[in-house]
Amino acid sequence: MDLKLQKIIPQLITVLVVVLVFGFFTYNAQINMENRGIDFGYGFLSQESSFDVQFSLIEYDGSHSYFRAYLVGLLNTILVSVIGIIIATILGVIVGVARLSPNYLINQFAAFYVEFFRNIPLLLQIFFWYFAALRALPLPQDADAMLGVFFLTIKGLYVPAFIWENLNVFLYSIIAAIIAIVVIRIHARKVQETQGKQLPVFWISVGLIFILPLLSFLIGGVSLSFEIPKLKQLAATSFKYEGGLSLPPELIALTLSLALYTATFIAECVRAGIQGVGKGQKEAAASIGLNPNQVLKLVVMPQALRIIIPPTTNQYLNLTKNSSLAAAIAYPDLVLVFAGTALMQTGKAIEIVSITMLTYLSLSISISILMNWYNKKIAIKEK
Amino acid sequence: MFKYLKQLTSLVAMVAVLFTFTTETMAAKKSKTLKNTQKKGFVRCGVSQGLPGFSNADAAGNWTGIDVDVCRAVAAAVLGDANKVKFTPLSAKERFTALTSGEIDILSRNTTWTLSRDADIGLTFVGVNFYDGQGFMVRKSSGITSTSQFKDGISACTNIGTTTELNMRDFFNSKGISYEPVAFEKADEVVAAYDAGRCDTYTTDKSGLAAQRTKMSNPDEHIVLPETVSKEPLGPVVRQGDSVWEDIVRWSLNAMIEAEEYGITSANADSMKTSDNPAVKRLVGAEGELGAAFGLDNEWSLRIIKQVGNYGESYKRNIADTGILPDRGPNELWTKGGILYVPPAR
Repeated sequence: MDLKLQKIIPQLITVLVVVLVFGFFTYNAQINMENRGIDFGYGFLSQESSFDVQFSLIEYDGSHSYFRAYLVGLLNTILVSVIGIIIATILGVIVGVARLSPNYLINQFAAFYVEFFRNIPLLLQIFFWYFAALRALPLPQDADAMLGVFFLTIKGLYVPAFIWENLNVFLYSIIAAIIAIVVIRIHARKVQETQGKQLPVFWISVGLIFILPLLSFLIGGVSLSFEIPKLKQLAATSFKYEGGLSLPPELIALTLSLALYTATFIAECVRAGIQGVGKGQKEAAASIGLNPNQVLKLVVMPQALRIIIPPTTNQYLNLTKNSSLAAAIAYPDLVLVFAGTALMQTGKAIEIVSITMLTYLSLSISISILMNWYNKKIAIKEK
Repeated sequence: MFKYLKQLTSLVAMVAVLFTFTTETMAAKKSKTLKNTQKKGFVRCGVSQGLPGFSNADAAGNWTGIDVDVCRAVAAAVLGDANKVKFTPLSAKERFTALTSGEIDILSRNTTWTLSRDADIGLTFVGVNFYDGQGFMVRKSSGITSTSQFKDGISACTNIGTTTELNMRDFFNSKGISYEPVAFEKADEVVAAYDAGRCDTYTTDKSGLAAQRTKMSNPDEHIVLPETVSKEPLGPVVRQGDSVWEDIVRWSLNAMIEAEEYGITSANADSMKTSDNPAVKRLVGAEGELGAAFGLDNEWSLRIIKQVGNYGESYKRNIADTGILPDRGPNELWTKGGILYVPPAR
């Protein structure tokens, strides 16, 4: 009985303290807001926002609601995070492997990159890419076309837009190709396990992913044309491109700086992972007749990934949260649009900040759950 | 015996409670913010992060500008020394939260007086120290001389969290022009982006445009278009719920404007004590008991005029002589063709 009580009392006290602290802050805020005549409530979310946003993935203008403005910000945050994570991962793996290269020039270059970019504050890097690199870009009328159709200017990157016909057929053909590849892989594995024969799965996969979509063009009625950006004059010295797809320079600068910065940390995770696999493992794998490719794929990587994944998850979370620095360079992310403009226009500080915090928390937890699931999947399964 | 003792105790307690109440109301009349300010020994004032003419810090950290002068006037009235002000630079986004949360006591940061701000978010506007309107700046070389020459797809740089963002939408919508808003958190970044050519036009209050133009790499390359697309009465703001403090800030500003009207300057304020005009004598504290109404002495306005100067002096020192807006336009006294008109101090 005593022992049980001893266990319960500290827990009760903890709960009580948490509730009291939380209650105190709520009460305090309530009293102060009442004194100053500030209403509390989330009703403003359905009101008309009456401000425009520069760049949005969904249809939006000032006649939509504050909630819609919130979605615009959220989607922009997700967009920059996803692109950033993809680029950072690819770059990180390449640099991480490069640091272990026996080639002196390559590994020194990789080491220099890592030390340089991870030791400069991120905000400074964002400013560098946006203000310093941006100033060096040409005005729209002076821009030279890259490959005839890309225009990189101070007002953004203009690329041709795809105009599809029967896009759904094309997408189905890709899905069909992916399913076929999965089936063939399972079959090849069975063949290898039962008969010891190796099928050229890689080449078959490459063939499928090209041939099926190609067929959709030839017989599926799919056609594709491009809309190439055209220069438009706004005033004597003021131009812009029209048509095609335009990526705002804010998005480019932010993605670039986030990816370059986070890639350095991922590179170190990758290096740690590969170095963490014992030399004996590689030698043993080679001694049973696996070729270098198979050694990497079947022996080194599965073990290295276990070391790489957990710290890399942290880096993904960091990147997502760091994307809130967007406000400094006018990229309309969640913080700029919702916790910035919307907060200012409504004055609902507590409501908006709490929604924003909850949103970042949910985003981070989603990434965590996904990565933990993957980590569990590749963890050693003890039998 | 014991019975009586009990009654006596409750009587004493009741008297004590009543006494506390009366002293409490006396103190309340003096205003909580006023009391705190006098205890701290300085006025806590929120200003901009650097807008020449309004609130701008030099290399040594000395703040100047007409918004700064409002806070200095309050310090002169309340504490007797115009230099006893602690300035907190705030972004457009932070300013109201800083005021409502009690981090500052006056927000004097080129802030537009609107209905929703006044009524909705726990703020009270006390007056107008600059009548402004939103305008557009473009590069001279663009050949644009009027907003009617704007074309679809124009990109406009501005600040977030300002009325500018809303006016811009109203303006472009009414003209049926599609535009790309590029909104930054800090004014310096807006200027840098516009200067680099990221935007075709830069829009904010006209006074702000004139002030920021001086910061550009080559000010002569830019012009402010003649059209004014909105009303922007800028003025100091206080927290809702302390009416005495509100009155002090309001009348500190009014005293500066009225002093100009009666020709009282920092140089002649003392000699005005013997003036024949009772309105002048009231303003320099030689007649009447004006300060007592908000718990101050009678020379509060004299100190403002002597230490900070009248509105005209402040305008000349900060805005005209610095070349930002030499012409006072609507910010001239009503007696001289402007719209500056304040209630009489009596």
